[in-house]
Amino acid sequence: MMLALEDVARRFGTVRAVDGVTLSVAQGQVLAVVGESGCGKSTLGRLALRLIEPDRGRIRFAGEDLGKLSPRALRARRRDMQLIFQDPFGSLDPRMTVEQAVAEPLILHNIVPRAKVRERVAEMLTRVGLRPELATRWPHEFSGGQRQRIAIARALASGPKLVIGDEPVSALDVSVQAQVVNLLQDLIRDLGLTFILISHDLGVVRHIADRVAVMYLGRIVEEGTTAAIFTAPRHPYTRALLAAVPGQGGGAPPLEGDVPSPSNPPPGCHFHTRCPFAEAICRVESPALEGGVACHLADRLPPAVAMAEAEPGGARLARLQEFFKDGARA
Amino acid sequence: MVLAIDDLTVDFTTDRGTLRAVDGVSLAVASGRTLAVVGESGSGKSVTALAAVGLLPGSARIGGRIALDGEPLTPDRQRALRGGAMAMIFQEPMTSLNPAFTAGEQVAEALRIHRGLPPRAAFEAGVAMLDRVRIPDAERRARQYPHQFSGGMRQRVMIAIALACAPRLLLADEPTTALDVTVQAQILALLDTLKRETGTAVVLITHDLGVVADHADDVAVMYAGRVVERAPAARLFAQPEHPYTVGLLGAVPKLAGGAGRLASIAGTVPDMRSPPRGCRFAPRCPFVIARCVAEAPPLMEMAPGHASACWRAPLSQVLEAA
Ligand SMILES: Nc1ncnc2c1ncn2[C@@H]1O[C@H](COP(=O)(O)OP(=O)(O)OP(=O)(O)O)[C@@H](O)[C@H]1O
Ligand SMILES: Nc1ncnc2c1ncn2[C@@H]1O[C@H](COP(=O)(O)OP(=O)(O)OP(=O)(O)O)[C@@H](O)[C@H]1O
Ligand code: SF4
Ligand code: SF4
Ligand SMILES: [Mg+2]
Ligand SMILES: [Mg+2]
Repeated sequence: MMLALEDVARRFGTVRAVDGVTLSVAQGQVLAVVGESGCGKSTLGRLALRLIEPDRGRIRFAGEDLGKLSPRALRARRRDMQLIFQDPFGSLDPRMTVEQAVAEPLILHNIVPRAKVRERVAEMLTRVGLRPELATRWPHEFSGGQRQRIAIARALASGPKLVIGDEPVSALDVSVQAQVVNLLQDLIRDLGLTFILISHDLGVVRHIADRVAVMYLGRIVEEGTTAAIFTAPRHPYTRALLAAVPGQGGGAPPLEGDVPSPSNPPPGCHFHTRCPFAEAICRVESPALEGGVACHLADRLPPAVAMAEAEPGGARLARLQEFFKDGARA
Repeated sequence: MVLAIDDLTVDFTTDRGTLRAVDGVSLAVASGRTLAVVGESGSGKSVTALAAVGLLPGSARIGGRIALDGEPLTPDRQRALRGGAMAMIFQEPMTSLNPAFTAGEQVAEALRIHRGLPPRAAFEAGVAMLDRVRIPDAERRARQYPHQFSGGMRQRVMIAIALACAPRLLLADEPTTALDVTVQAQILALLDTLKRETGTAVVLITHDLGVVADHADDVAVMYAGRVVERAPAARLFAQPEHPYTVGLLGAVPKLAGGAGRLASIAGTVPDMRSPPRGCRFAPRCPFVIARCVAEAPPLMEMAPGHASACWRAPLSQVLEAA
């Protein structure tokens, strides 16, 4: 396993942001973490890289217990673990040129000799689809999509083994988002990256993840292969989350109520206040994650309703869209 | 038509020159119908809506005609009707809710001003409205302040205020973009129900094509300040006739999977201070021909209710030529 978390927990005041998560990602895999706002996805990502300290639990990176590393050893490890943020505006220092931004991790971790830095920066920029001549420009001279490419180049410059993308395409317009999704897929494949994708966009998740973990109020409620989660979701929350994605005819009745406050989560199964299947036991006893799902009734629930995503454009639209791939021209 | 916008232009004067944010936009919405407006960030969706309700800043110069139920909307009429016959809701409810007043007081205020209800009756009608937007325990919640509500609840309060006076026209600018999907589904279902009950005409600005598919009757696709395609929603998805729409539909990753690379529109939107002279999509369009660069295509009727601004539409021609 490239990364393995064991019963990891972290509180902020009374909020149990991450409440006992066990999860692992194999080398070269893409794991998506999904769930609604405030369920603990970003906190989990920061814990996984030990950017914040867990209250309990163990985090192993390539077999090594991150909690046991000295500050110095941890700093050296950082070149292997990188984070890409949602906001390309916030994650780049406005006073650094593109070249300085991408070169910083190279110099910090002594990755290439000083004389080779410029060459390596040019190579990284080309990789993310930017012309190397742009290296002397400032972040504000770029569009949102270009800035996200720069942030990706910077994250990948040190040659990391593990990259966490925290909503890496969420701030982008659909057309630009597709460019960056394609780029991330290429990079993951070509560089053999292990990637954790934190995202609320289930279409993007379906497109690039190998496995999916679904979180609700600090806990993982379901985990499995992407195909299984999307075609045969088991946990009632996973089902509701998928059914709520618009574009399926609007037929499914929406889940009632809001996500409860994380500082005062319901006892027992956190989801029981909104679950259409809840029984007495759900209100008192917290279900453990067993066989990929945390639900007392997992084996007794009716099969999930199949997704009915309409694709009315048919062959004509598919043929027209071919022209939008790989710079085709008609 | 409840709302009719005809050849709307909006210019902003900035310290870096003049910018035409909206360039000849025409739209219409009938009673009880939902028109979705989609398009890239900066394409002029919000500016168009703000022009209709008269909420653009003073620096904006507005041209063209806007009418509500056939009567021209002058700035005076816009001021008088806003919050009554015509209402707007925004992505971030906190920007339009007043933190110093309770939810109930804010709904009641609309009813006092526009329907002339006495304070007591207005408050009671306000509570009933909060109940109608499914705020649990509305009587008690009406006495709470905006910061005591969750994001989804605040958006419900906004909808209650907007719909309190059963407006003829509701402009909803990305009303659910900031919300979680499960809450978004609740809010959009609620808007659909209220619209059916009141016959309100709705303009729904969104960047989510799934939302359009589920909730819109008609769609206008905007690009760089212009409407490039207009069609009944089902028709737009089945037979898009503008290359930008085709690219947009292909750029959305499908929930049902589908292997391979996403269709993506190369490049970025033009700088609105110096837009391309001919078709504004030409620098990104795989179907571009010489004429596109020289001359801007007008919206041309492809079928009843379906218009596309493209020299190469209907696009079956492109496929035949290929
Ligand atoms: N530094 C902090 N101090 C206090 N509370 C925090 C802190 N960071 C996170 N939290 C709280 O922990 C919970 C989980 O937050 P987190 O940011 O991990 O959620 P998320 O799933 O990433 O949400 P989103 O989808 O909105 O990004 C939330 O209730 C949040 O308010
Ligand atoms: N007050 C203003 N002064 C100057 N320019 C403005 C002003 N308001 C909007 N603009 C410009 O007008 C154009 C259209 O903006 P608008 O807000 O309508 O875009 P939009 O389609 O709503 O985009 P988004 O999806 O990002 O909300 C943009 O180029 C924007 O920068
Ligand atoms: S444990 Fe009970 S409340 Fe929780 S998801 Fe399963 S059925 Fe629903
Ligand atoms: S007019 Fe030309 S450039 Fe514009 S969308 Fe049509 S084919 Fe493309
Ligand atoms: Mg987050
Ligand atoms: Mg807008």
